Amino acid sequence: MASEATATKPVARSDEAPIIQMRKVDKFYGDFHVLRNIDLSVTRGERIVICGPSGSGKSTLIRCLNQLEEHQSGEIVIDGTTVHAGLRGIEDVRREIGMVFQSFNLFPHLTALENCTLAPMKVRGIPRAEAEAAARIMLERVHIPEQAMKFPIQLSGGQQQRVAIARSLCMNPKIMLFDEPTSALDPEMVSEVLDVMVELAESGMTMLVVTHEMGFARKVADRVIFMDAGEIVEVAPPEQFFRAPENERTRKFLGQILHTAGH
Amino acid sequence: MSYEFDFASVFEAWPELLHGLINSLVLSAAAMAIGMIVAVAGALGKTSGPKWLVWIIDGYIELIRNTPFLIQIFMIYFGLPSLGLKFSSNTAALIALVVNVGAYGIEIIRAGIESIQKGQVEAGKSLGMRPLQIFRYIILKPAIQAIYPSLTSQFILLMLNSSVCSVIAATELTAIAGDIQSRTFRSFEVYFIVTCMYLGLSIFFWTAFAAIERTFLRKPTR
Repeated sequence: MASEATATKPVARSDEAPIIQMRKVDKFYGDFHVLRNIDLSVTRGERIVICGPSGSGKSTLIRCLNQLEEHQSGEIVIDGTTVHAGLRGIEDVRREIGMVFQSFNLFPHLTALENCTLAPMKVRGIPRAEAEAAARIMLERVHIPEQAMKFPIQLSGGQQQRVAIARSLCMNPKIMLFDEPTSALDPEMVSEVLDVMVELAESGMTMLVVTHEMGFARKVADRVIFMDAGEIVEVAPPEQFFRAPENERTRKFLGQILHTAGH
Repeated sequence: MSYEFDFASVFEAWPELLHGLINSLVLSAAAMAIGMIVAVAGALGKTSGPKWLVWIIDGYIELIRNTPFLIQIFMIYFGLPSLGLKFSSNTAALIALVVNVGAYGIEIIRAGIESIQKGQVEAGKSLGMRPLQIFRYIILKPAIQAIYPSLTSQFILLMLNSSVCSVIAATELTAIAGDIQSRTFRSFEVYFIVTCMYLGLSIFFWTAFAAIERTFLRKPTR
């Protein structure tokens, strides 16, 4: 297993305490050991891409960060707060962590604009006018200001996912998690979502992205993590990760995924 | 056919019929309102309660759905007094209707709760919303949209079913029709008018419920 120390690429402000720290994290579903001894630390502004075969635990890993999934042992510290099962005030941690889901999960009874203003108004207590102004700016940032008054069902998959990104950004999160954000999209809509994510990365957002979009990983990742069977098998900067992967399992996975992606 | 229709003697009794109609409506509305409290509590218990509670709730639902409503009324009005629980006929009618609609309501509301995808709740959580906020702003409206048609049908069934309560002399429309009939011997005329009254009520409610749905619960379309 590649240690994080050797793999950490120097990034801006890396002298600060990490914004995410996972130490010896284990998680089980019944008898199934879904995360094994995960050690990972992420600095502010760092962009991390996590890949691996399905069932390798990559989604579970990022879902543990905002405790949509609970871990059974080990420690997870988010920006100074240790999170664990049954933590009172977990909402205060979650509102600083945006999450974008594979299946968008927009609220079907609310317009794009209302999807974006709900949490700022109810969680942060921002007045409606202010929340709407901010939401319109975010919808502009994801290139769909004209869809503000539409309902999710009236939008394409790519548009829905961009609303979902805007919805998360409206909370001004410190970290953004992406759980296979383009996997449910028709091929022609993948790039419009990835473009928004690239722009977000360029703005300095701390991002953890579970994806098989290796072009995206090459372009924006500071580190690429390969997981298999619940373990972090390899961590490396993208150029090294794609050019000279150390682990046999990584090579095999890359061979399969780059082949099917037509690279 | 030498029967001569005589609606006049029945029309003379219209204040009684109106009284019965209002009683039927009040009885149905009260039973629905209380029954929904039972249904929501039962649905919450069934979806997130401990196993023993789920068994009790399932037992209740199956008992009510697999026995005749008439027997349920008899049990409450004639059976329970043997155990020391005595109710007036109107109270017994209300209890019977609540117990009945509650059982059907649990399954309807449970289906509504389960129609909300887990992803919706997770999205709310990931935005830092608290459980009550998630329920109020994310789950409630889509759940109501999902269960509204079943619930309104259930209400109309309940209203029609309330006529069975006449067997224990609850003072609702059917019982009053019986009184008038036994006084005037105009069976056809009385029951013809009462049939029209029930039909009119049902049509009124179907129309009103559909209007409410169009106004407040319309789902966005493509």
